[in-house]
This record gives sequence, structure tokens and C-alpha cells, in this order.
Amino acid sequence: MGTFTCSVFTGLSWNPVDDVRALLSYPFMVHALEAGTAVAVMAGVIGWFMVLRRQTFAGHTLSVTAFTGASAAGLAGVPVTVGYFGVCGLGALALAAASGPRRSLSSESAATGSVGALALALGFLFVSLYHGILNGLDSLLFGTFLGITSGQAATLVAVAVASVVVVGAASRPLFFASVDPDVAEARGVPVRLLGLSFLLVLGLSVAETSQITGALLVFALLVTPAATAQQITARPLAGVALSVAIALVVTWVGLALAYFSIYPVGFYVTTVSFALYALTRLLRALT
Amino acid sequence: MSAVELSDAEARIGGNVIWQHVSVTVERGQFVAVLGPNGAGKSTLIRAILGVQPLSAGSAVVLGRRPGDANDRIGYLPQRRSFDETTRVRGLDLVRLGLDGSRWGLPLPGARSRASARRVAEVIALVGATAYARKPIGELSGGEQQRLLIAQALVRRPQLLLLDEPLDSLDLSNQAGVAELVGRICREEDVAVLLVAHDVNPIIASLDGVIYFAGGTAVEGPPQSVISSEILTALYGVPIEVLQASDGRLVVVGQPEAPFVHGERHGHVHV
Repeated sequence: MGTFTCSVFTGLSWNPVDDVRALLSYPFMVHALEAGTAVAVMAGVIGWFMVLRRQTFAGHTLSVTAFTGASAAGLAGVPVTVGYFGVCGLGALALAAASGPRRSLSSESAATGSVGALALALGFLFVSLYHGILNGLDSLLFGTFLGITSGQAATLVAVAVASVVVVGAASRPLFFASVDPDVAEARGVPVRLLGLSFLLVLGLSVAETSQITGALLVFALLVTPAATAQQITARPLAGVALSVAIALVVTWVGLALAYFSIYPVGFYVTTVSFALYALTRLLRALT
Repeated sequence: MSAVELSDAEARIGGNVIWQHVSVTVERGQFVAVLGPNGAGKSTLIRAILGVQPLSAGSAVVLGRRPGDANDRIGYLPQRRSFDETTRVRGLDLVRLGLDGSRWGLPLPGARSRASARRVAEVIALVGATAYARKPIGELSGGEQQRLLIAQALVRRPQLLLLDEPLDSLDLSNQAGVAELVGRICREEDVAVLLVAHDVNPIIASLDGVIYFAGGTAVEGPPQSVISSEILTALYGVPIEVLQASDGRLVVVGQPEAPFVHGERHGHVHV
């Protein structure tokens, strides 16, 4: 986005009703809000489990593969959504294979880092091979809300709903396997299968989030709201609900600010998200 | 029906014999300690009873079933396992997972949920953890965490409780407190308890028996007769002396510190 897109918009009138109406008068903005809402709900739920499972590094690595996926899709001439979901899914399988049978954090992080480096290098190669990539390198990395089509928004909503339903149905065994794997296994919970499935859902979640925040700012929706929620409450249901609520607020505010200004959406989403996290940490330190 | 019955059992890990010719019986309501040096196969016994570690020879019956088939009637507390302060999970939720953590589907409010909450509160009161069960478990002391983990193992009213080194990393007064708790639960709830320990002394007063692993096999019997110079010398294959302090505590002298190299052995010791 640049001066051209900015000149299309009416400026901020400081009347909330008029401003929201202005926001919703453009179909692309409606698609962005639909997509952003679906992404925020999914990221809030999956992110809460990811932080609980201490798999933020795996999440980061998958976000790098999201960049690889998008650039590969551009080069191959297939829809960018296909690239995001396909390569993030493959990345999740690669991480599951690399981390081995036992959940050992040290070997997992080394293998994860290696996968991430390769993914980033491949992504850069694909971008170099194909210069005319639609949204440009910076929007792949740092996000854009322009040009989200109604088809793309529908895909994002469908994947988000399916993932949240699946994680909801598996919530107790997944929670058990995450905090207490040995006992869960003894009680017949399929700990390894859940770990693999969670990585796959995390891959989908990263692929979704990347399409709003860009590959490198995925954490603004996936980690920070969940981490903020876990600072505020240790209750599982309240924590997930709060994580989703924060992700929604951050997304809506970020999209609105980006609409009324010339700066990119990824910056606003990340900044609002970080501000809430920092404020929570500060309040906790003071009380 | 015995809680646990192993006859002439053998366990191997990666082709190496961990122990063999192990025959032990634990009855309902008995409190039995599993003793022996590091690497002697104490945790392997627990894993064999759970069916996670298959036996390479011999047979095992657990609560009348094959190992692994009766796990819903077993409370298990693995060796570990402390939660650091970044673990933002309440003790209450951890105990609740012991009750319905393996159930699929959304946790919806209703009669079953209320009954579960009542049972969780009851078992937390039983272990004396009500005061701190709503705090994140990572912020609690080792003794408090251990009490909540025992509550988790107890919440489904198991008939057999497998506790793998629950006294490890606790200070002396907490060791005594947790040992007293386990002994009380064993009597009041009529649960068979197998407790893996490094040191028998904090629990010796409430024990009905010990299973002592060393030298690639195990001996079972009453504490005073198993922990004796003759039996341990035969078990280890090197001279061992057991001394009794004036307060009844036992001191084992000459116990090899390094784990045994387990090969094919046929030192079957009878008590």
C-alpha cells in the first residue's frame, strides 16, 4: 500500500459510527475483517495451546515455511492460499519427523532450527526466481489486508471453524497430553498422535495468520494474546476465551488503524498486541 | 484377587536384560516399597505393571487382567516431575485431568461436570491441599505439588497406586508428611500401594513389604527380613552389611553405587 491506496480512503472523522460505516463501505475491507476475525479466533485458541506446550519455536519455524509456501505458490502460478496451507502442512510433518519419537525439547529445537533455516533459504530462492510476485516481498513477510478476495476469506473461515471444532473436541486429552504427558499416556491418551495432529493444526493456523500479518509477524496473533491471557488467568477455559478476545481486539483495531493511515497492518497488529502484553506484565509485577 | 502378581518375569530394554526371575505378589491394601540402586529396574517394574514395558519372559497379572488392561483402575505418579513457575496451570485442573482428561468432546457444564468438580474437591481435601489447589502449580513448593499429584493419581478411586519416587527432592519434613499421607490412604481407601524409593527409612514404619531390586533380579518380603546382611549380600553378589540405628532406621553399608552391568544371570534368591 502507498499513497495511491491512501488517497482512496476518507480520513478519520472521529465519529465512531461514521468511521465504522466508512470502513465497511469497501468490499475489500469487509473481506479483510471477515478473514481477520476468523484468523483471530483460530490463532487465539491454537496459540493458547502452543504457549502451554512451549512450542513457540516450532510456531516460528512454521511461519518461516509460510513464507516459503507463498513464494513457491507465486513461482508455480497456483493460488497463494494453496501455497500457504500446503507448505505449512509439509513443514509441520517435517518438524514431527525431525523431532523424533520422544518429546525432548533440546533435540526438538535443534531440528526445528535446521528446518527453519532451509525453509527461509528456499523462500528467498523462489522470490529471486520469480520477480513479479503479486504482493511483493514485504507484504509476504510483514502482511497486508489489501486484495483478500471473498474466496480467500471463505477458505480462511472454513479452515478456522474446522480447526477450532477439532481442537475443541480434543481439548481435554490435548490439555492432558500437553501438561502431563507421562500420566496421560498411562491413561490411554494417544500422546504422540495428538502431538503430531497439533503440529498440523498449528501449521494450518500459521498459514492462516500469515495471510493477515505476514509470515514474520504471525506471533502478534499466535503468541502474544495467548501469553497475555496466561499471565492474567491460569484457568483453562477462561484463558482460551481471553486469548481469543485479545486476538480479536488486536485484529480489529489493527485493521481499522491501517485503514485510516498509511502504515502497514502488521505493524499495528503487532504493536497493539505487544502493548497489551507489556501492560499485563507491568500490572502483574506491581501487584 | 491380588493387585499385582508377577511370576518368573523378565524385562529387557534394547536387548539387555534389566531383571529376570522376578516373582512378586502385592495384595489389596498392602503398602509395598520398591527399593534398589539406580538403574536396577525399579521404574521398569512400574512400566511393566502398566503394560508400557512388555515382559520378555514370565507372566504378570494386574488386578485380574493383563498389564495395560486395568489401567483405568490404577493411579500412576511417574518419576519426575516438578512444574516450574512458568507452568500456568492450577493444581485443581491437574487433578481434574486425572478424572476426565482422557475424555473426548467439549467439556460442557451439567450434572456430570458438577459431580466431577465435587470429586476433585473431595480428593484435594483428602490430601490436605485445599488451601493452595487454586494457585498455579508452578508457584507451589515441591511437597505441595507432590500432594496434588497424589490427589490426581487417587481421583478415580484406583485399586492400585503406583508412585515412582514421590519422596525424591522433598526435604525431610515433607518426606515424612507425604509418607504418612500415603500410608493413611492405603489403609483408609484399601488401595494397594507400590512406592519406588531411594531411602526406605521415611516409610519403613508403615510398610507391609519391600521389593528389593539388585544384581539383575529382585527379592520380596517383609522389610526387616529383606533388608538384611545375608539377603542383600546374596542379591548384590558382594559383601553388604545392614546396620540398625537406635531409632530403628536401617543403614546399608557396602552397597555398590554404580549400577550393575546386567548380563545373563541366574542368581535367583529366595526369601
